[in-house]
Amino acid sequence: FFSQIDVHLELEERLAKFMRTEEAIIYSYGFATIASAIPAYSKRGDIVFVDEAACFAIQKGLQASRSNIKLFKHNDMADLERLLKEQETEDQKNPRKARVTRRFIVVEGLYMNTGDVCPLPELIKLKYKYKVRIFLEESLSFGVLGEHGRGITEHFGINIDDIDLISANMENSLASIGGFCCGRSFIIDHQRLSGQGYCFSASLPPLLAAAAIEALNIMEDNPDIFQTLRAKCERIHKALQGISGLKVVGESFSPALHLQLRESCGSREDDVKLLKRVVDYCMNSGIALTQARYLEKEEKCLPPPSIRVVITVEQTEEELDKAASLLKEAAQSVLN
Amino acid sequence: QKNGVSNGTLYKKTFVEHFEQAPMYVAVLTFVGFGVGTIFGYLRDFMRAWGLEKRNIAAEREEQKDFVPLYQDFENFYTRNLYMRIRDNWNRPICSVPGPQFDLMERVTDDYNWTFRFTGRTIKNVINMGSYNYLGFAETDVNALKTVTIELQKYGAGVCSTRQEMGTLDKHVELEKLVAKFLGVEDAMVFGMGFATNSMNIPALVGKGCLILSDELNHTSLVLGARLSGATIRIFKHNNMQSLEKLLRDAIIYGQPRSRRAWRKIIILVEGIYSMEGSIVRLPELVSLKKKYKAYLYLDEAHSIGAVGATGRGVVEYFGMSPDDVDVLMGTFTKSFGAAGGYIAGKKDLVDFLRTHSHSAVYATSMCPPVAEQIIRAMKCLMGLDGTTQGLQRVRQLGKNTRYFRRRLHEMGFIIYGNDDSPVVPLLLYMPGKIGAFARRMLEKNIGVVVVGFPATPITESRARFCVSAAHTREMLDTVLNALDELGDFLHLKYSRYSKSSHPELYEETRLELED
Repeated sequence: FFSQIDVHLELEERLAKFMRTEEAIIYSYGFATIASAIPAYSKRGDIVFVDEAACFAIQKGLQASRSNIKLFKHNDMADLERLLKEQETEDQKNPRKARVTRRFIVVEGLYMNTGDVCPLPELIKLKYKYKVRIFLEESLSFGVLGEHGRGITEHFGINIDDIDLISANMENSLASIGGFCCGRSFIIDHQRLSGQGYCFSASLPPLLAAAAIEALNIMEDNPDIFQTLRAKCERIHKALQGISGLKVVGESFSPALHLQLRESCGSREDDVKLLKRVVDYCMNSGIALTQARYLEKEEKCLPPPSIRVVITVEQTEEELDKAASLLKEAAQSVLN
Repeated sequence: QKNGVSNGTLYKKTFVEHFEQAPMYVAVLTFVGFGVGTIFGYLRDFMRAWGLEKRNIAAEREEQKDFVPLYQDFENFYTRNLYMRIRDNWNRPICSVPGPQFDLMERVTDDYNWTFRFTGRTIKNVINMGSYNYLGFAETDVNALKTVTIELQKYGAGVCSTRQEMGTLDKHVELEKLVAKFLGVEDAMVFGMGFATNSMNIPALVGKGCLILSDELNHTSLVLGARLSGATIRIFKHNNMQSLEKLLRDAIIYGQPRSRRAWRKIIILVEGIYSMEGSIVRLPELVSLKKKYKAYLYLDEAHSIGAVGATGRGVVEYFGMSPDDVDVLMGTFTKSFGAAGGYIAGKKDLVDFLRTHSHSAVYATSMCPPVAEQIIRAMKCLMGLDGTTQGLQRVRQLGKNTRYFRRRLHEMGFIIYGNDDSPVVPLLLYMPGKIGAFARRMLEKNIGVVVVGFPATPITESRARFCVSAAHTREMLDTVLNALDELGDFLHLKYSRYSKSSHPELYEETRLELED
């Protein structure tokens, strides 16, 4: 109802062109993007295979869709294949029902909770073998992975049409608010009428859409910032190795790492308190850090408590080294 | 039928709502219209399946043709055949601020609405009767937005973190204090999106073993939040206090379905103004029921905050009640404040609980600073804290505009739903063919309206919905009313059987003749 402004249309076109897909659709809130996209396609009776470490927004989307959810172990393709085979034997018992149940795999490009990538080439093979559709959530990997920042499909060199739906939020790399889904028109157009977060909600303020367009301009004009970012990620990953008491969790090229305790104190509360002391020490010395927050009772598979370290391309190498040494000092003093 | 005052002592002013039924022939013709559309739909599908007609809609990839189909054919029947015919009336892009007048991008279709093409021209100064701009804060006046520009340059556009991690800025704290002061409650918490405020906080407040009593016509965000919470949901008839009382009594007498234990919590979900009906919730009766049966009340004031009440503080002020009577006050900033986002306000314990347990605080990004600044300036204007009486003037102007608009539409003989004081005015169209005709002809007259049909409304009650704004001048409203008059006669939309006399000037004429 008169809430689409020309800036929104421009942003949708730019995003579709950047990601080299047919169409893109914009949501006004990052959390609502994937939480509305999944229930638009997957209804009661459909089957969704989802990774254990999926983020909370995906879990809420799955809950809203009322489909059958099957969790497979994090990044474990053998486990996923086992579940798919079980589903196949079920199908053979009831072929009529099997013909109408839709199947989906929901994975993230770069997992927020653990910092590693999903093995996309194997997933594509499984997709064609067992005929399941893939929904990829690229909040952390958009603007980070790939030569031009197009995400995990560029990183692995996969044809983007093989992925049915890519959903990402603009709150991480584009530093705006909102989210988008991109893919083929066949799939994306459906959300314009049945995506709850799109139809029943106000659209993005034009200010934020313009900010996102500007960020896209910067990304397209300077493709070497991705190389710089990756180099800095590797640097900090190496620098943080070997801190006593804390282990680094995450890929070397992921800009968001977790630092978990090597040995837990026994209870989650004590772990959290200990990590808080490390964070406070760093805050007092000039490094802003935060613990990764979860709603303990609501998460399906609660990750262990950790400190999240996030870097940006604008930090200089001296600052990164200083941060790493301060963290070492903090861990030394608090944990020993 | 008009609903007069039943509990004279509870209501301080007359509560008049209209929900007139149309004559029977209208319902019959509506069904006939849908029937014809459906028959043609089947015919078209048949021709498409046999290749006699082109398939215009996007198709599945060649490599994935043997996958289970993504959409069932029947689900899309309505979209393909009925919605597609009048699709050009929705999703019209605009290229200016959605104030009382705006500029539309001109859009033509070469193939009967399957695809659209922008000609590049804009239609200027279309009167806007569709945007939720109740107090007229959607403006681009440089002076008004000065503080917002300063904040944008200081903080940037995005926050890039959640409330519990790194995303709580001093702007948020300032905004929350201001909201609490505005509403007259102890504390408030703001969120980045109105829809998400409901769908992420209701699950935090209620869980399994609780009972949710929700109005028939509640918004999708409330329904989604209720479903995600896992509590039992029971629905009562729209704004019907007898139906609600019966449900409450049953709940307390019989308890939970199988174990017969008492419910852990009973919460009633209602809205301040219902956006499709224009009706206002019967708050005094509701509060007395709630106190009698000891249930909690969750009031969603998305459309009513800023729009009703003597100083714009919502339905609580409209009925002269105290905000302590409502347990959870929720609202959005999208409609009356020209920004985006939502808030929940109430007692301090409630808000402190939400700060730790709300899904939005832990996983979703917080509101962006320029938007927070826009809300702060709009609220300060409303409360009079910026030194002018502009806020109060806007609220009064909105009330005047609403009453004038509704009175004139009643006189003309249209069927209008809703309360006399609600700025949302649904005008009933009923027949599917008239939906498209109405919207297109109004656009030709340079007036932008919003039409809604199935599935947002019941199948026989399609309507056009007008949103009156404080920024509309009397001339703009008169232009719209004259256009409606003409169109009403042309399309035979004046179904009302209770129209008041609309031509008092006739009497003047005869008097002049007699004097002659």
